[in-house]
Amino acid sequence: MAHSYTPGLTVTEQTVVRRRRQLPLPGTVLVAVGDLVQSNQPVARAELPGKVYPLNLANQLGVAPDEIKEYLIKKEGEPVRKDEILAENKPLIKWFKTEIKSPITGTVESLSTITGQVLLREPPRVLELLAYVDGTIVEVHPHQGVTVEAQCSLVQGIFGIGGETSGVLAIAVAKPDEPLTPAHMKADMKGKIVVGGSFLSAETMAKAKEIGVAGLVVGGIHDKDLRALLGYDLGVAITGTEQVGFTLILTEGFGTIPMAQKTFALLSAHAGEKATISGATQIRAGVIRPEIIIAKSAGAAQTGAAAAPQREGIRIGDSVRIIRDPLFGKIGEVAALPTDLQKIPTESDARVLEVRFPDGQVAVIPRTNIEVIEGL
Amino acid sequence: MSASLHASEKPKFNHPLNVIVATDCGSTTTKAILIEKVGDEYRQTFRGEAPTTVEAPFEDVTRGVLNAIAEIEELSGRKILDGEKIITPCRDARTGVDIYISTSSAGGGLQMMVTGVVQNMTGESAQRCALGAGAIVIDVLASNDGRLPHEKIERIRTLRPDMILMSGGTDGGAVTHVVEMAEYVAAADPRPRFGSTYKLPLVYAGNKEAREQVTKTLGQKTALVITENIRPVLERENLAPARHKIHDLFLEHVMAQAPGYKNLIEMAGAPIMPTPAAVGLIMETIAKREHLNLIGVDIGGATTDVFSVFESVFNRTVSANLGMSYSISNVLAEAGLANIMRWVPFDIDEQTLRNRIKNKMVRPTTIPQTLDELQIEQAIAREALRLALIHHKSLATGLKGVQQERTISDAFEQQTSGKSLVDMLKLDLIVGSGGILSHAPRRIQSMLMMVDAYEPLGFTMLSVDSIFMMPHLGVLSTINEKAATDVFVRDCMVYLGTCVAPIGQLKDGERLADYEVTFPDGRVVKDQLKMGELRLFPLGLSQKARLTMQPAKAVNLGQGAGVPVSREVQGGVVGLLLDGRGRPLQLPADQPARVAALTKWFNAVDLYPRS
Repeated sequence: MAHSYTPGLTVTEQTVVRRRRQLPLPGTVLVAVGDLVQSNQPVARAELPGKVYPLNLANQLGVAPDEIKEYLIKKEGEPVRKDEILAENKPLIKWFKTEIKSPITGTVESLSTITGQVLLREPPRVLELLAYVDGTIVEVHPHQGVTVEAQCSLVQGIFGIGGETSGVLAIAVAKPDEPLTPAHMKADMKGKIVVGGSFLSAETMAKAKEIGVAGLVVGGIHDKDLRALLGYDLGVAITGTEQVGFTLILTEGFGTIPMAQKTFALLSAHAGEKATISGATQIRAGVIRPEIIIAKSAGAAQTGAAAAPQREGIRIGDSVRIIRDPLFGKIGEVAALPTDLQKIPTESDARVLEVRFPDGQVAVIPRTNIEVIEGL
Repeated sequence: MSASLHASEKPKFNHPLNVIVATDCGSTTTKAILIEKVGDEYRQTFRGEAPTTVEAPFEDVTRGVLNAIAEIEELSGRKILDGEKIITPCRDARTGVDIYISTSSAGGGLQMMVTGVVQNMTGESAQRCALGAGAIVIDVLASNDGRLPHEKIERIRTLRPDMILMSGGTDGGAVTHVVEMAEYVAAADPRPRFGSTYKLPLVYAGNKEAREQVTKTLGQKTALVITENIRPVLERENLAPARHKIHDLFLEHVMAQAPGYKNLIEMAGAPIMPTPAAVGLIMETIAKREHLNLIGVDIGGATTDVFSVFESVFNRTVSANLGMSYSISNVLAEAGLANIMRWVPFDIDEQTLRNRIKNKMVRPTTIPQTLDELQIEQAIAREALRLALIHHKSLATGLKGVQQERTISDAFEQQTSGKSLVDMLKLDLIVGSGGILSHAPRRIQSMLMMVDAYEPLGFTMLSVDSIFMMPHLGVLSTINEKAATDVFVRDCMVYLGTCVAPIGQLKDGERLADYEVTFPDGRVVKDQLKMGELRLFPLGLSQKARLTMQPAKAVNLGQGAGVPVSREVQGGVVGLLLDGRGRPLQLPADQPARVAALTKWFNAVDLYPRS
């Protein structure tokens, strides 16, 4: 590959993010370009069509499908209430009368004389799309949604579960290598985003749920605890819709792994400030990583300077995290970038680099097994 | 059944095709190869790759294509690009190419939902049709699938497929059920995955009597295309017309919506094919040319595709969530920890293993750096391969619901209609593809992974795709079969050798068979193969040896229990593997005994470097 380089996770004090907020189906945009918005403010609205309930009247009345029109009391397009009579037959003897009641409140959407079915639809449900971050509307996509821009500090995690939420940042541990224990969880953390260190145990998760924290940000957890939390073994990393009581973001990975010093320092510097987080993760086809956004004052955003510039490649001196065993989770600096392929212990020929750790030790690592800690 | 394209789709060229550049736009990487005519034959000469650029910030697949081709330019010294254009045809010996062709599975490939009336009849036929066209089938809805009507409608609404294939009913049969399904689809008003402004393509290939009603119900709500019934009568499938419509709609609708694909379609000199359809095509071509029964597998990061051709019947399945990176955690979920652990030749605690697998899932581009990591990945690969074949066997079947003539012997077998077409005893060749098989540090590792996962019976040849170029050759075969065949034989296919596996189970160390191998140089080796042994003999590429085996009384080599067999066996870069571990393969249940058995087998074939 021309640039053998794994884009890393961004951890930066100062950046501008743009987040496209899109309705799942066409609707109404409620804001205009230049408007200042708050994270919990609706920016667009759509009506989600109600659920459809098919009812086979021909079968239930014991008539041919092309005869059902004669038995209908409610016509196509008419509203109907739950338990209201939808159709009935007219037997000579009253005892044999059959009445078909509507199972829902809604409208009679259509009927088919081929199958004898009537389709009933529940009333539409209003969906409000929130701004997600405090910022400025920089683009309106008519009937679709908007793009919000915010000047902010940004931390990307490696994996998360749970949806978008916001709250005040609370730093629960003193050091990035300190595990988050139940003893760290206090009642006043309700509704807050709690930052821990190297590890989150099942007991701490239970305590966090009991208190009602909005989010947890930690270095790592054990897979078995994630399985217990979700109630199933997560097969493919497409997340964001889980409802486990809080949003969880891992900054490093699975296991006990100290949070990167830079990440911990950045989050600590913003303790007490409002942050917006999302646990949504998608590793495949359109990578989405979980994120923690701490917006500067709303409206401070300057248009035009969106994403950070694309990196050209990896350089000597770059801060990198090793992302594969045996040195998984260690952080160091790129010391050398040999160009020739080297044989690694598996006997594969791989493009490698040398990483120098804070204690002065140097290790040779395949380039695909590191990620650059992005952001200035 | 066939994966081939219409003859009418073959593009015509008025210049010779001597230099060809082909790309495969995968979900992660775009791989480009250069094929040149050297003398009378075509050879693959250079390759380049670059990250696929379907996603933000680029959102233009052609960027990755141009980057991959630029790498070929650098390596070959041939000028292929003029700015952002590919120079076609060749201007001179060092400038341009005669054609550019491509396959694509970027953006998650072609995702389809299919419907039928009876799940294991038209539902399965529709599924086979879509799979053969290169799609990932995200759900099969049928009148008798056990879901309530409103549940079906909700499901259709939430799925957001790229395309729907509707089938159901034999021609002239009842129309009610298929129209009912059309009503559910219309009520759900399904929306396509990409974009919200165009109509969802829907192919109707069911009872022709219901066409009018289906058009009335769905004509306004979808981009409806009507084609021949895929199951005109119960006894026959007719999948080709619907498959061709799927390919057309894939190009016209689905790909045209994906970022940059309009440009890619214009750049390409032949229709862009879904990657699995192209791989299926080349597999089918090999099987036909060599008169072989074969199983092909392409194990990727997210999915595992399995292809089979038995008695000229082609089948393809995709296990959408069995893969070695994005879906690695799902292999653990589906296979269970114990099944993965049984292939790991050392002790490791469950928590560590689980965490390692999840870490690979969230960082899918990493590679094993240590030997134990490699062994764990290869253990997982065995299970992914095994599960994908089980899935394939369940779909690659004869038609279900067909009346059969039965003889008295069938009464003892109790085999219903719909028997799997995959018969491991009739299998001639296994073709492996995908990173874990193509790039294993030692070729014997690829061979043993496939042998352990598939448990071939009797005599079976094995091979791997050298650098993953089957998709390129599949699409090439639609425009120049000679070029595709030349490159396939000389540069793509790496024959590993032959595996000979007697069927039966004896006590460990008991005699399974006496054997005699006569090598091409006249050397003769006579010995006994004992239960629990693996033996590997070097036998080079294009070399053949004669193997004569006299199995023990209860042991079968394909000709019956105790019946001797003598036949030629083909060599390869690994050689001749005598697998005396018995079939079905049983590993010791006890942990130290299992580790000891694995270590003995792995050492016997020099599978890994010894510390």
